[in-house]
Amino acid sequence: MTGPTVTVMLAGVGGQGTILAADVLARTAVAAGLDVKLSEVHGMAQRGGSVDTVVRFGESVASPITDPGFADHLVAFEMIEAARQLPFVKPGGRLLVNSRVIDPLPVLIGDLEPPTGVEDVLVAEGAIFIDAEELACEAGSPKSANIVLLGALSTGLEFPLELWIEVIAGRVPQGTVEFNLRAFELGRDACGEGGACLV
Amino acid sequence: MVPMLLSGNEAVARGAWAAGALVGVGYPGTPSTQALEVFAQMDGVYAEWAPNEKVALEVAAGASMGGARSLVTMKHVGMNVAADPLFTLAYTGVGAGLVIFVADDPGMHSSQNEQDSRNWGPFARVPVLEPSDSSEALEFTRAGFDLSERFDIPVIVRSTTRISHSKGVVELTRDQARKPVGAYVKDIGKWVMMPAMARVRRASLDERVRQMASYAEESPLNRIELRDRSLGIVTSGVCYQYVREALPGASVFKMGLSFPLPAGALAEFERSVERLVVVEEADNYLESSLRALGLSPEPIGLPEAGELSPGLVARALGGDPPKTRDAVPGLPPRPPLMCPGCPHRGAYDALRKVKAIVMGDIGCYTLGALAPLSSMDSCVCMGASVGMAHGMRLAGQGSERPVVAVIGDSTFTHSGVTGLMDLAYNGSDALVCILDNRITAMTGHQQNPVSGMTLQGRPTTEVDLEALCRSVGVKRVRTVDPHDLAAAEKAVREEVASDALSVIIFRAPCALLIKEMDQPYAVDEDLCTACRLCIRLGCPAISKGEGGKAHIDVMLCVGCADCVQVCKFSAIELTGPACDIGGV
Ligand SMILES: Cc1ncc(C[n+]2csc(CCOP(=O)(O)OP(=O)(O)O)c2C)c(N)n1
Repeated sequence: MTGPTVTVMLAGVGGQGTILAADVLARTAVAAGLDVKLSEVHGMAQRGGSVDTVVRFGESVASPITDPGFADHLVAFEMIEAARQLPFVKPGGRLLVNSRVIDPLPVLIGDLEPPTGVEDVLVAEGAIFIDAEELACEAGSPKSANIVLLGALSTGLEFPLELWIEVIAGRVPQGTVEFNLRAFELGRDACGEGGACLV
Repeated sequence: MVPMLLSGNEAVARGAWAAGALVGVGYPGTPSTQALEVFAQMDGVYAEWAPNEKVALEVAAGASMGGARSLVTMKHVGMNVAADPLFTLAYTGVGAGLVIFVADDPGMHSSQNEQDSRNWGPFARVPVLEPSDSSEALEFTRAGFDLSERFDIPVIVRSTTRISHSKGVVELTRDQARKPVGAYVKDIGKWVMMPAMARVRRASLDERVRQMASYAEESPLNRIELRDRSLGIVTSGVCYQYVREALPGASVFKMGLSFPLPAGALAEFERSVERLVVVEEADNYLESSLRALGLSPEPIGLPEAGELSPGLVARALGGDPPKTRDAVPGLPPRPPLMCPGCPHRGAYDALRKVKAIVMGDIGCYTLGALAPLSSMDSCVCMGASVGMAHGMRLAGQGSERPVVAVIGDSTFTHSGVTGLMDLAYNGSDALVCILDNRITAMTGHQQNPVSGMTLQGRPTTEVDLEALCRSVGVKRVRTVDPHDLAAAEKAVREEVASDALSVIIFRAPCALLIKEMDQPYAVDEDLCTACRLCIRLGCPAISKGEGGKAHIDVMLCVGCADCVQVCKFSAIELTGPACDIGGV
């Protein structure tokens, strides 16, 4: 893959594994011989707040962060976060959304009403939905939902499958390799040609 | 050599190691923390967490004086704490190289303020290096040790969140061997800063700064990139990357050494371009320094606070706004929250019941300020809770609502214990609650003096908090388990009623450190009366479900059973693991 820099944004909620997913993506791009920058924010965000990570790769990448209107792909681990980060996705960009809602605390405790119409907006914006937790359970652990989403993302990128497998196997905790690879495959099948989330 | 993907923090650690550093000392603080954590894992080094940044710098100063290259790490506010030794260490200079890595947080992703650590350069008269990516974080840290010895001065390596927490491809270079430390030679003219000697060292410092300024003119740390001469941009740090992204054709003077600045080279750059502008975030440090040197950068109206981005730089210099999709209105904010099973929750549940005025402090427990616990009234800086509670009482508050200080274990050993001495010494009758989860949780679980473990994993002595509090003069010291909600409430009620100074230590380990999770709980909908008492605990696993009844997310519940204790209808009971019951 040469040419212009590709920008992928991963958005989710602290604890969902966005940072690991972003790291796997970035390492795959390095393994493919590309220049890569990855930007993440630790700290307060880890305690259940919104977490956005940006991975950019290409021949030569300057900025680790991006601006609204510039992301080629948004991988949202949660629907409200998908809607929140929507302005970052460039017109014509790919919007991949885990069909799960995690209500923020003000909603959980009843101080704010749950937002309405989020799914409709995402549908209108051309989102592709995937039930990552269900596929992750099928793969062997609900914790591998992040890798399911990575599998789904991989169908829109040009890295060879072997590269992904090698990087995932080297990066996820020992003892979880098998079900993470299975999770990757399930995500890939769901969003690949003829996959369930594209119909 | 294989290219490696390293964060700026990891690169700093490797740079220090490549420079042969033997000692690393720091205090955690986002976004600086991983630098020392990674350094601690390198071969042949010694690394420790100090109780605070002042002690960290002092330990490193001693190691440097003794002949070992030493690294100090902290976040921007830590430098305020370490400023006292910093200023005088500029006078004494160093023995072996001394590099202070400090990470700023423009935009306050995880900080209580914004500070621009470049200002310490001219303030303390110490050189400041500003890497613009991970590769430079490694190279500049390594170079910092050489500069420190060459100019006999501590060197600051300044990063920001987007350097520290961004990863980039780094080609590792050959590492330097750790040099054996030679014999110590006494030199009171250099190291004993009483007035007669300090006056001499002050003159020496001025001379050293002059030498560094002439070095700056030629230093490879600074780089002039001449392209289109119609626009010349002076920039540094991550802003350099934004400039390259937004205006790839512009000429750039990239500052790597931000103090002292190369006056001659900058003036020549100004002459060689038609328009001169500065692109920087946080303070307008470079712009005002350039003006002081007699240059005339054109103001371009970048935002005063917060972070920059390539888009903001492009627009400030005349670019068109990009086409974007519309923002979705009405989305609820997602503030960070206390984890399921967090032991801090029980303490706040008790404080809420006595309607305390709570002087707060910094850590995970600061989240107790947010709804629904809403039990914290202030948060200023580490250790401030204790003194502020005393001051609140001096103002006459406390007759209607009790005045309480809340402080975490790491924060207490950082700078709370000095405040407690003040309260005991001056006869305060406040209540100080130490939320002792045995670890520095907020910054990602670093060991501290109560943890019983060092940074490099050696078991060690634990501070006896009860004995420490008694020894400074607190008569009423008691310890409770915050997961025993009734006991926590009883302790708080009794201590706020007492007219002596008291300390309650709420002790239970951080929920994220408990590896063996207890069985999750579920709500029996037939028994639940939708009274919302459990919801008012603010546990992210509990939400308002069908008909206002409580619902527990089995994916999130860790089985701490705090909610079981507040339920008056025995509606919360054990259940099975998530995937088995289709609870996702
Ligand atoms: C001077 C200074 N140094 C470091 C920090 C970063 N910091 C914020 S909270 C915290 C530690 C909190 O630990 P503790 O008091 O044990 O509370 P916990 O997070 O475990 O609840 C640190 C190191 C800071 N804000 N100020």
